[in-house]
Amino acid sequence: MPLITYREAIKQALDEEILRDENVCIMGEEVAEYNGAYKVTEGLWEKHGDKRLIDTPISEAAFSGLAIGASALGIRPVVELMFMSFSYVAIDQLFNNASFCRYMSGGLMNIPIVVRGPANGGTNVGATHSHTPENMVANHPGLKVVCPSNAYDAKGLMKAAIRDNDPVFVMENTLLYGEKWEVPEEDYIVELGVANILKEGTDLTIVSHGRCSMISLNAAKTLEEIHGVSVEVVDLRSIRPLDEETILNSVKKTHRALLVEENKPYCGVDAQISHIIQLKAFDYLDAPVHRVSAIDAPQIYAKELENWQIPNEERIIEMALKAMM
Amino acid sequence: MATTKKKIAVSAKKQAQSNTSMPGKSKNFATAPINESLSNKEKIDLYRTIVGIRRFEERSLRAYNQGKIGGFLHLYIGQESVAAGIVSLMGKDDHIITAYRDHGHALAVGMSMNECMAEMYGKHTGCSKGKGGSMHFFAPDKNYWGGHGIVAGQTPLGAGLAFALKYKGLKGCALTFLGDGAVNQGSFMETLNLASLWDIPVVFVIENNGYSMGTSLKRSSAAENLAHRAEGFDMEWEVCDGHDVYEVREVANRAMTRAREKHKPFLLEIRTYRYRGHSVADANHEKYRTKEEIEEYKRTKDPVNVIKRQLLDDGTLTEDEAKRIDQEKKDEAEASAKFAEDSPVAPRGEIQTDVYWEVDNDTEGNLKGRYFFND
Repeated sequence: MPLITYREAIKQALDEEILRDENVCIMGEEVAEYNGAYKVTEGLWEKHGDKRLIDTPISEAAFSGLAIGASALGIRPVVELMFMSFSYVAIDQLFNNASFCRYMSGGLMNIPIVVRGPANGGTNVGATHSHTPENMVANHPGLKVVCPSNAYDAKGLMKAAIRDNDPVFVMENTLLYGEKWEVPEEDYIVELGVANILKEGTDLTIVSHGRCSMISLNAAKTLEEIHGVSVEVVDLRSIRPLDEETILNSVKKTHRALLVEENKPYCGVDAQISHIIQLKAFDYLDAPVHRVSAIDAPQIYAKELENWQIPNEERIIEMALKAMM
Repeated sequence: MATTKKKIAVSAKKQAQSNTSMPGKSKNFATAPINESLSNKEKIDLYRTIVGIRRFEERSLRAYNQGKIGGFLHLYIGQESVAAGIVSLMGKDDHIITAYRDHGHALAVGMSMNECMAEMYGKHTGCSKGKGGSMHFFAPDKNYWGGHGIVAGQTPLGAGLAFALKYKGLKGCALTFLGDGAVNQGSFMETLNLASLWDIPVVFVIENNGYSMGTSLKRSSAAENLAHRAEGFDMEWEVCDGHDVYEVREVANRAMTRAREKHKPFLLEIRTYRYRGHSVADANHEKYRTKEEIEEYKRTKDPVNVIKRQLLDDGTLTEDEAKRIDQEKKDEAEASAKFAEDSPVAPRGEIQTDVYWEVDNDTEGNLKGRYFFND
């Protein structure tokens, strides 16, 4: 299997879906002639032209809303936000119109759009460009949200998202764009709502999503080798819909849970996961559910401090050992 | 309120065009080709639509005051000729979207009084099964895409409908209605830019009724001529009066034809007037304007009276026929209230339907993961 980057995997997904369906088009700031702010769409404009790759002005409310309106008539726009943080200037379009048009029309409409872009910190750019709003998206019934942690999932989830008939947010990560994984050449999708067990284990379940799954996987290896703790790592992949079954089955097996996410802790995704575990696996728990999240403050600029603010191996290992006590 | 047609600082190109195509104030719009081609039946249908909207809303107001309708009730009374006139020009590839003052447009596209009234009553038989309410009527089968509650929030959606028409190579336009209060929202100005930049066939229709909620135009907008803002986006624009359905049709027809044939956007401002408050809850609407102002409009420019007078004068309609149509609409509105009253509320299970297409259409068995969180 070819070893390709996360960036290349997403580009392949977009390229293949453009070829598969004439209604798929990509729009966003710098996606076409500039080849993408993060080069995710590099070469696609040259290959597919102006109709399918559409450069927008810096005008998120207008082009997000335009994509929603167009999708009502069968177009399948993939909207790139240069940063998911920029969804905040299009919030009425994305969080009222994309999410609720179907409901308010009594099911007469559906909005098959994809909103994609990086949602991560750790890039030394300060609070305004470091949001991880998957919890906010998931808090809006009508929206779906996925957070691929590797190239294989990024491609498969992106293709599934584009073919989906509901609005789907794909939360990418700039720190993963250059990382490589094995990705098959043949067409495949990763279904929304199916978690992935990255590593099996018997003593502790780590539930994570996005890049934190990869950090957790590394931490799990250290925990096993140095501390003798056998860790199972569950990568959620999809936040809504949520694969509750895989989480619960793992916790029922290991009896301990550590939840790791880059979200801020207060009302974060893992607050919901924690609730589900205590409600549905209470009798199986040998310890309280523990969490590692971003340290609860606006994202700090200073690089050394930001690297401590977001979850890292050291903090995960420390909390895992607490959960084992 | 000023209702004169005035263009300021118009570019030479636009001036030249307006001199040749824009009718003078004294023009009899009934004789414009788009109106002269109307059959007697079509003219009477315009009257029927206008009077139908009026009687429906009068009945809904009674229901609201009786506590039968919850939420907000934004009445269109006084503006009926705008929706009736423009919708009468729609072809099969034309689409329409509007804001929360949406009853008139809904009835004009052919939605039934029953489904609209039942929606406001929150009943299962409503057009959105009672999930949308007064501000959120939808009928995609009639190219009617709502009914949107947030001021100007529908304007990029309208541009999106137009974008889709152009993408698919269809010769249609997307009528995107908004109020004068919406022109100061960022999303609308962003949308004007995008529409002109990309040459998409959207016709923005500002229904300028003079008040954004309780704030007069003078107190909310930096320039009295709202359509003139199109100049900044190199977009065509025009201002006209809204009480005469023939004038609305004559002007809108040019904007729509241009959009369809040249894939160009247009900003149309129609000066109109609402008799009631912003919503019925706006009990102070006679505080921010005078009773005389309201009465003067009713006396001289009432859309129902204006079309009725025109049709009586040209012999299309007799006084008796006009009365009969009026009574039919009153009866239909009354029946819709009874229909709504007698209809059931949707069962509780309906709260969680129509959220995800995926969940509603679980036909291929590919529904994975948990979608709802009730615990």
